[in-house]
Amino acid sequence: MSAPLPADCVPKLARGVRLRRDEAREQWVLLAPERVLQPDPVGVEILRKVDGVRTFTVIVDELAAAFTADRTRIATDVGAFLAGLVEKGMVEIVTPSSEQAAP
Amino acid sequence: MSAVADSGAPAKAPAPLPVPYGMLAELTHRCPLQCPYCSNPVELERRTGELDTETWLRVFTEAAKLGVLQVHLSGGEPTARRDLEQMIAHCVEVGLYTNLITAGVGVTPERLRAISDAGVDHVQLSFQGADAPTTDHVSNFSGAHERKLAVAREVRRLGLPLTVNAVVHRANIHQIPAFIDLALALDARRIEIAHAQYYGWALRNRGALMPTRDQVFEALATVEEARERLKGRLTIDAVVPDYYAKYPKPCMNGWGRQSLNVTPSGKVLPCHAAETIPNLDFWNVRDHGLAEIWTGSPAFHAYRGTHWMPHLCQTCERREIDWGGCRCQAMAIAGDAAATDPACHKSPLHARMLALAETDASTASAYDYRRYS
Repeated sequence: MSAPLPADCVPKLARGVRLRRDEAREQWVLLAPERVLQPDPVGVEILRKVDGVRTFTVIVDELAAAFTADRTRIATDVGAFLAGLVEKGMVEIVTPSSEQAAP
Repeated sequence: MSAVADSGAPAKAPAPLPVPYGMLAELTHRCPLQCPYCSNPVELERRTGELDTETWLRVFTEAAKLGVLQVHLSGGEPTARRDLEQMIAHCVEVGLYTNLITAGVGVTPERLRAISDAGVDHVQLSFQGADAPTTDHVSNFSGAHERKLAVAREVRRLGLPLTVNAVVHRANIHQIPAFIDLALALDARRIEIAHAQYYGWALRNRGALMPTRDQVFEALATVEEARERLKGRLTIDAVVPDYYAKYPKPCMNGWGRQSLNVTPSGKVLPCHAAETIPNLDFWNVRDHGLAEIWTGSPAFHAYRGTHWMPHLCQTCERREIDWGGCRCQAMAIAGDAAATDPACHKSPLHARMLALAETDASTASAYDYRRYS
């Protein structure tokens, strides 16, 4: 199993991965090489905040506020969702230490 | 057995027409390589017959409007078109995910930079072998392998995601582990292990390409093992061999269901090999809009859904899993595009297909390389 995501890490979509509205089918899609994923509504809400700027903490805070839901539970769900996409190579995790490693 | 089988055509309302996800844009048939299994038709289109830039741009706009999400810019060698960057930029503008399918020969670093700057999302690069002698022999191009390696490194240096595409057959099927190592060494995130599909050029060269049954089953096991071992590092997609199979492949996931193919001269096909079926009426983007072709073209209607199926397929519980298999293969082996795909174990021609494969696998013959006639 993957370790939990650090609070200050910044998830971002990998190059070659795009989230977009698919008007013809009235849904959101995550596009990747030879892949079309149809994330569920919760997944879409998470992905729309994965902009390479917001940290994991900020994403969880905003979702907890928007859905007035338990923050711990949201953190677990978001972490698991993103870890699944990291395994598929669709999301990359930038940690502050890895940024410092490349001055 | 049941009353369902003898009721003739099913009396349910027609399903709503599907919306295509992907479009293969064969921008040109020109290519420096001469692979003997090329998916282009035996009758190659010349440069003078190719669509102009303006028409392609219109087609991409219409594709996005129709609901196409991903466009695969292919050939031939798509970089042979000097307006490729313009097309990529346009695809990005209309919201299409752009995948460049290239042989990587004759593509300079400057050209790749321009392609990247235009906004291409992903590059798929072919390797005909896992080493230089094999690639150069199969593609009939001396030095091809080294050029491909250089292009792969440049693609990654630009930060673009890379897929390695390997078509496998008798001359390189034993190299699957080496292909996978090559993909890892080149920092590809994805590899396609595609068993040669025997239409057009590959059908012509089947005697020189067909592997043995043992080779095919060993290859399948190798891929399965690697897929599990490399989970999270490398995605391995396989195009399955069907001559030794029990069930047919669900070709294109159903005729006219998810994708379409535009040829260099503008003909719109349900799959790249569809022109091997005689008497199909393919409409052209020069005469019709893409949506009109998708919904109205007789060629798309011919084998869409299940209405065309023979009784054997109509009454099969897998009819909407396999979609009757492959129409071009039915044409090639059974001589009838509406027959059950002979790859299916229920087909009366299944044994004949297996015998063809076994005969070809024990045949030694030279390649009839792909070239203009």
